[in-house]
Amino acid sequence: MRSFTAVALAVAWRGIHNAFTNPSILVPSLLFPLFFFTAFAGGLSRVGDVPGFDFPAGYTAFQFVFVFLQSAAFGGIFNGFAIARDFESGFARRLLLAAPRRTGIIAGYALVALVRWAATASVVFVVALLSGMEVLGDPAELFALVLLGLLVNVAAVLWAAGIAMRFRTLQAGPLMQVPVFLTLFLAPVYVPLDLLDGWIHAVASVNPATFLLEAGRGLFAGEPTEVGAAFAIALGAVAVLTLWALRGLKSAESAG
Amino acid sequence: MSENPLLLQVVHLGRRSVVRTLRQPLNVVPSFVFPLILLAVNVGGLASAARIPGFPADDYLDFALAFTFMQGALFATTNAGTDLARDIQTGFLNRLALTPMRGAALLLGQLAGVIALALLQATLYIAVGLIAGVRPESGILGLFAIVFLGVLIALGFGAIGAFLALRTGSGEAIQALFPLFFVFLFLSSMNLPRNLIEIEWFRTVATINPVSYLIEGIRSLIITGWDAEALALGFGLAGGIAALGLAAASVALKGRLARS
Repeated sequence: MRSFTAVALAVAWRGIHNAFTNPSILVPSLLFPLFFFTAFAGGLSRVGDVPGFDFPAGYTAFQFVFVFLQSAAFGGIFNGFAIARDFESGFARRLLLAAPRRTGIIAGYALVALVRWAATASVVFVVALLSGMEVLGDPAELFALVLLGLLVNVAAVLWAAGIAMRFRTLQAGPLMQVPVFLTLFLAPVYVPLDLLDGWIHAVASVNPATFLLEAGRGLFAGEPTEVGAAFAIALGAVAVLTLWALRGLKSAESAG
Repeated sequence: MSENPLLLQVVHLGRRSVVRTLRQPLNVVPSFVFPLILLAVNVGGLASAARIPGFPADDYLDFALAFTFMQGALFATTNAGTDLARDIQTGFLNRLALTPMRGAALLLGQLAGVIALALLQATLYIAVGLIAGVRPESGILGLFAIVFLGVLIALGFGAIGAFLALRTGSGEAIQALFPLFFVFLFLSSMNLPRNLIEIEWFRTVATINPVSYLIEGIRSLIITGWDAEALALGFGLAGGIAALGLAAASVALKGRLARS
């Protein structure tokens, strides 16, 4: 266990140091969520006037929760790029040789993703508050929302790690991003599920991301809904994707 | 043709650019598919926005189709820039500099790939729109105007990509600029008409953002008909961006060739 922790902390320290001292890595991961928040909450605020839109905390808060969970997911994906880059540069192979407990490598990368997302989410939250966003949830509900974000972040980094360790090249970037992007955007991003029509309503109704979003928005508005389903989905995703990432690690080990 | 060396050079480099562009499915396919995916997602998610009082179209698809052309043009920017940067990094540009090739031929030839791609993109986007039920108010002639404006926008954005490639000489730098361009697209009237943007600073940014007028030029042909003001602004700005981009790229090319 001590060797697992030592490997995880060493990988985490290196990743966190790289992320926070390299503006070309840090800035996009901070700016992207802010930009989405600005574009959606600012540019689309009139959508809150659409008949049937009844989110109590207003359109800014409605979009904030999406951007909050999206930043958690993409924080994990961005870390997948770092893993792929480590394989391209040869660092990851040396790491595989040196680490006494290789599963600690995955835990280390997951820690990096968590720390990076914590910074991003804090910045987005402060900007949202400064823009006049209403927060109706109590501290316990907000804590639950943060916990949900953490699980999404871990699930995303495990997904990206599995891809990165199987393909071991940055060219696999679209494979990490596109499925997550599509899953998120095929949920009720702009309006609640009830206001969606046609094929997108059908897809969103069975999309697991819809439960995460609805639970997150409910917690933020102080009207919890679908919380159990959302946590079950998030925990299930973490469990399945842990196996996925571990199989990826095995694939990387086999490749030598 | 042989009597006009500039034309001959443009044809040869243009053929190389077109073939190289179309032979890279990893670059070409996303530029066709991604804008259409985002269109489907946005139209599905924002269909109810057409119920906002004062919204200029009955169907959000009519309103949103114009944005796909902008996204296509954005891909043109990065493709053109990345290809030219690769020519710089591999030394191809240096070898060309040893020949009697003119700078103008290099730029025009390089952008031929962008134009070919933009033409295919615009045709596909219009076909998908028509199949999905869009009926442009400007009629069949309007379809040609949409394609022409779409290609002109892609040419302008491609010229900017070429300028950036010549300045930086790095494909990675061009890729890193992609998010910046994306910000310009999103801080425009892409999702709602400017008069319906409620947040004042956002409306101001969208009003001074040239991208809004490029989108509105194409959009006017779909939902309004032949709107002289929107078209003058759209074509004027697209032509201006193309002229400025080409001029800037020419200057950067001279500097790059002088250094090589």
